Order: sequence, then C-alpha cells, then structure tokens
Amino acid sequence: MSFWTRHQIFEKNSIILVVGILLVIAIGGLVEITPLFYLKSTIEKVDGVRPYTPLELAGRNVYVREGCYLCHSQMVRPLRDEVERYGHFSLAAESMFDHPFQWGSKRTGPDLARVGAKYSDDWHVTHLTNPRAIVPQSVMPGYPFLSRVEVDPDAIAGDMRTLRTVGVPYSDEQIANAAADLKAQADPDNAGTDAFGKRYAKAVVRNFDGKTGTPTEMDALIAYLQMLGTLVDFKIYNEKANLR
Amino acid sequence: MSQPSISKSMTIGESGLAVVFAVTAFLCVIASAKALDAPFAFHAALSAAASLAAVFFIVNRYFERPAALPPQEINGRPNYNMGPIKFSAFMAMFWGIAGFLVGLIIASQLAWPALNFDLPWISFGRLRPLHTSAVIFAFGGNVLVATSFYVVQKSCRARLAGDLAPWFVVLGYNFFILVAGTGYLLGVTQSKEYAEPEWYADLWLTIVWVVYLLVFLATIFKRKEPHIFVANWFYLAFIVTIAVLHLGNNPALPVSVFGSKSYVAWGGIQDAMFQWWYGHNAVGFFLTAGFLAIMYYFIPKRAERPIYSYRLSIIHFWALIFLYIWAGPHHLHYTALPDWTQTLGMTFSIMLWMPSWGGMINGLMTLSGAWDKLRTDPVLRMLVVSVAFYGMSTFEGPMMSIKVVNSLSHYTDWTIGHVHSGALGWVGFVSFGALYCLVPWAWNRKGLYSLKLVNWHFWIATLGIVLYISAMWVSGILQGLMWRAYTSLGFLEYSFIETVEAMHPFYIIRAAGGGLFLIGALIMAYNLWMTVRVGEQEAQMPVALQPAE
Repeated sequence: MSFWTRHQIFEKNSIILVVGILLVIAIGGLVEITPLFYLKSTIEKVDGVRPYTPLELAGRNVYVREGCYLCHSQMVRPLRDEVERYGHFSLAAESMFDHPFQWGSKRTGPDLARVGAKYSDDWHVTHLTNPRAIVPQSVMPGYPFLSRVEVDPDAIAGDMRTLRTVGVPYSDEQIANAAADLKAQADPDNAGTDAFGKRYAKAVVRNFDGKTGTPTEMDALIAYLQMLGTLVDFKIYNEKANLR
Repeated sequence: MSQPSISKSMTIGESGLAVVFAVTAFLCVIASAKALDAPFAFHAALSAAASLAAVFFIVNRYFERPAALPPQEINGRPNYNMGPIKFSAFMAMFWGIAGFLVGLIIASQLAWPALNFDLPWISFGRLRPLHTSAVIFAFGGNVLVATSFYVVQKSCRARLAGDLAPWFVVLGYNFFILVAGTGYLLGVTQSKEYAEPEWYADLWLTIVWVVYLLVFLATIFKRKEPHIFVANWFYLAFIVTIAVLHLGNNPALPVSVFGSKSYVAWGGIQDAMFQWWYGHNAVGFFLTAGFLAIMYYFIPKRAERPIYSYRLSIIHFWALIFLYIWAGPHHLHYTALPDWTQTLGMTFSIMLWMPSWGGMINGLMTLSGAWDKLRTDPVLRMLVVSVAFYGMSTFEGPMMSIKVVNSLSHYTDWTIGHVHSGALGWVGFVSFGALYCLVPWAWNRKGLYSLKLVNWHFWIATLGIVLYISAMWVSGILQGLMWRAYTSLGFLEYSFIETVEAMHPFYIIRAAGGGLFLIGALIMAYNLWMTVRVGEQEAQMPVALQPAE
C-alpha cells in the first residue's frame, strides 16, 4: 500500500484528521515552550529585581491601557548601537514579574527598558502632556488627560493579590499597606515613606507630577517610567556567571 | 407549507437556547449593576441587550417558521443553508471597510500627530489594536466563517449541521468583535498583540469557537462524498489550532468578576514566548491556513480546472502545519529569550519557505490551460495575484527571520511592510476574490453587477499596495541603517528623533497607499450591493433549491 493510499485514512475520517492535526501542531510548541519553565539558565540570577510598588503598578496599568507598547519596546538587544544608545542589554530577570510582558515589537519611539532616571519628572510631565513642546519632531500622541484622573488607592490591593496568585511574590505586609504605600510614594512629606522604603528597595519617593493631593495617573505613569531598568546594578552584575 | 398532521413545537435547541439567553441577560444586568469600572458596566449592559435580542430572535423565528424544520434535501438535492453565509459575507464587507478606514486614520496620525486630538479614545495606542483586530478577526474572520460554511456544504453535498447553531456562530462571533472593538476604545486591553480582548471577551469567543468547530465537524459527518475535500483540511486545521492558540495564550485571572482588568498567568520570558507562539500562528493558521482553504476551493472553481496536484496538497498541508508552529521565536531574536529557542525558531522559519512555495505552486499551476482567463476575468486575476503576493511575503518572511537580517529589520517599519504585503496582497485579495465569487452564488445571481468595477478595484488596490509596501521597505531599512550608523570618530551618527523625522515622507506615501486600498474596497461594496439589489436571478427555482455545484 503506497503512502498516498495510506493517507486516505485522514481523508475519509474527520476525527482521525482532527487528532492528526492536534498531534502535529503540538510538537513545536511543546519543544519550545515547556523547557522555558524548568531550565534553570532561562532566567539569570540577579540581585535587585523586585515586584512593582503600588504606584508603579498603577502606572504600568496606564502604560498597558494606552497601548504604549505598540510604539515603545522594553528590550535592549545585545547589539553595539543599542547598548550605546540605551544601556546594558535587557536581562530576562528584569521582566520576570511582568504580567503581561511589555517587550514590544516596534520602535516608532525609542526603547524604554532603561528610561528610568534619564529625564527629570518635569520633563516627563511636559512631554506626556504635549510631546511636541519638548521634541518638535515627535509623532507621539499627547496625554494631558492623565493629570486629571486620580488613581483609586483602595483598588490596587486587589491587583496585587491577583498578581500574587499568578506568581509575583508580594508579601502580606505589602498587600495590607497597598493603599498607604500608593499615597506615600507620591508624597515626600507623608509619614509612611520610611516604612514604604523598607518594603520596596530602591523605590523613589517624589511628587512626580508636582501637584498635591491624591496621586494622579500622571504620577503613577511617571513613577513607573522612572524605575524602568534601574533595579539591577550593572556595576556589580556578574555577566560571566550568567552566560548562556 | 406545513402539513396539518405535524403539530408545531419548539425544538430542544430553540427552547434551551432561549432559556440560556434569558438567564444570561439576567446575569448580565446584575453584572452591569455591580460593575467596578465603566467599560465593564457598558459591556455587561451590551451583553444583556444582546441576550434579550437573542431571546426575541429565537421566539420570533419560531412563530414565523413552518412546523417542520427545513428539509435536508429537496428532490434529492441538498438544501443548502445560505442565511448565515450571507450575514457573514455582509459583515465581512462592513468590517473590512471599517478596518481599512481605521488603518488610514492611524497611518495619518503617524504622519500628522495632531490627529490624535489629545483624546484618549482615538489616540494611536487605542486605535491600532482596533485596526488590527478589525481587519484580521472581523474582516478576515467573517470571510473565513462565510466561505468555510459555504465550502463545507458544497464539498460534502450536505446541508449545514444544526438549525440555530450556525446563526449562533456568526452572530456570536460578530458580537465578540463588537465587545473587543469597543473595549479597545475604552482602554480595555491585556496588551498581548492580536490577543488584546480581556478575559470575558476571551471566554465568550471560546464558546463561539467550540460551536463553530462542532457545526463544521457535524457537517463533515453528514457528507455524501467519501473523501473530505482538501479545503476542509485547511479549514479544520485553522479552527482547531486557533482554539489551541487562544487557550494557550490567554489564561488570565480577573481581579474581580465584576471588573474588566485581569492579569495573564504567564510572566516575562514565558509570556513573551507564549505570545509569539500565538502571534505568529495567528498568521500561520488564521491568515494562512484558513485562506489557503479559500485558495483550494475558489481558484479551481473559478478557473474551472482541477487542483494542480493532489499529492502536493497533501505534502503542503502536513508540512505547513507542522513547521509553522515552531516559527514564533523569530519575533524575539536577540531578546532575553534563550539562544536555543531563537535558533530553533529561525531554522524552522527558513524551512517554512518550502511548504509555502509548494502551496503557491499548487495554486498558480491550477491555472494550467486556463491562463487566458486572467485577461477576461478580473476576479480570477485578483485570486491569482493574491497567491503571487503570498509567494512574495512567504519568501520575505523566512529571509527576515534570519538573525542577521532581523537585527536590522526588527522594530522597524520593514516588519509593517512585510505584514501588509501579506495582509493586503494575499489575505485582502484572496478575500475579495472569494467574496466576488460567493455573493452571486449565495444570493443566486447570474453574475456580478459589473466586472468593469472589479477591474477598477483590482488596479486601484494594487497601486495602493505597491505604494504601501515600498514606502515601508524604504522607511524600515532606512531607519534600521540610521540606528546603527556610526561617525568616523566612532559615535552614533543619528539621535533617535532624527530617524523619526526621516520617516515623515514615507508615512505620507503609506497613508496614500492605504487610502487607495480603502477606495477599492468602497467600489467593491457598491458592486456587491448592486449585485444583490439588481442582479438577475440565476434560474426560476425556489430559493431553497439551488443547483448543486
């Protein structure tokens, strides 16, 4: 019986055809995806990476909502020009708490993986409100409405609890103090800033949008942008140990 | 027509579905009232209204219909079910124009950013997913549903399985589009490209998709032909694999069942791999396998020639679906994804060139002995040129997946150009060709209203595509080269914003190309509309009794 005659079993039996399709398409995905969950070399061993603070998380949600990832990548490739333009190439560890990841696929605007601490908060407020006020040739949309919307401090604990369920190591203490921490990070005069700083290493406390009162989405987004790429100290990072 | 001996009663499907929708409407009203955010309240209210409309539709349909359900056969010929196909074909045209228009808007926003108007609902970041979903899932999806329901009936010589089920699929699918699209404008997104809809839209799509698979399979079960026709293999691979991809990429935990926000189960590197395993195979199985099924039915039909090689189609089928699924990592070259995964992805992407061109050859060579028809039949010309574009973009794709090429092309407009040579040239043209065939067939018309208008559509759209993709090639390669340019002193030559500025003229050309493509689609919509309105009936037969093809 030739191959072509044998193949008739698929042509004459829809269930066998469906099972055949399922088996054939399963192989590639299984081989490429499953090892990423158990191969130890997949994610580098690095100090400093921590879950987002409540305010940063709120800002990240704004970043996702507005579709920033459609024009900005967060993934510096190990190519000479990229490392010189943006900084150390991105590590897998730096996005290990990202649900979902924001590596992006297009650079209509520059990469943002290491934008943290590159510009002042004022620069960000002006730029987000009207990008062409600072960069005349920019094609980025303006986001003036972010300054007008307040973040609900009480809602963020629910997000953190959900993230903990999918694997982000938030502590009970961090979740219990989520609302207070969210307010403290945007207010240097707040009594809770010390406790907040202990809960989140390297977190920056500033009045990001320069306005008093409940933090706005502008505060949150800038808090997020200002921490991007700042958690790993590449002066002490052991590159050799993580060669893969 | 009903015979008096049959007493009229609701089928289990009718009464069951009416009850399910009534309960759903009630639950949605509660969800809307308890909603934590405005978009969720809106979507819950929308779902409640749609559920009530469904109950009304089912009950009203019951009162209007004769006691007996439509027969499977009339005078020994299959009684084909064209209603859901007509609806899907109409929606395909509607969403197509909407999607092309949004594409034109966002292309213009990149050339003239003032068009964002500083408003959240129409800023680029929210409109771009609307564009991609509208053209891929709304336009392409409706074309696939309409043609698959047509092809499976004709090639199995059996009436579409189910009574309400096919309507559930087409209406349910378009409701998913409505929820997804309005969600994007309101900022509801999980930010996974081509899988942006949030958890509740994903759940709804899962239900609709399972019913779609069941209707398709049940129609195949009823077939009068011993063999399952080639096109149906491709449709099956498309339906089954999209289900697997959808479930693999989207497991997410909602923050609250009364809110729109959820967090995906996968994180970081695993999420990236799942996303592009999904993303590339949305291309492979939605935009390729599904539309190859169209190629395998509509080109032989229109050219009145058999498929060039049956054996080649067997090899084409298995090789394509086996190799495609591996190609995802080429979207993640030089990222933090481990090198072994990147290399695997690149290797299989290059191998994928072979089955792709095998399929192209099978489609083109079907014209053997009928090449003269390209001169006289613009619909066939559209179908054949679509296969040529398929060949071009499936050569370009493997080339771009080579790491050293990718280091230049990735993150630039070259990718956008590549996608559109496939999307406009291949998917767009093969869909247009299929709709030009399908509308006269489904509405029982002798032919199209005007072949001359098809000709105009063909040339205007082709010019649009050429402008679009050549502008994107130039801008993409230019930008990639500018990013890596060094001065003789060893400094980076250009700041990022200088590369943005250099893109401006190409963004205008691209928008012009997109505008031409939209104009072509408007001509098509007018042509199809007139075909249905004033076209001559095929023959003096009752509508239910269409000739078997």
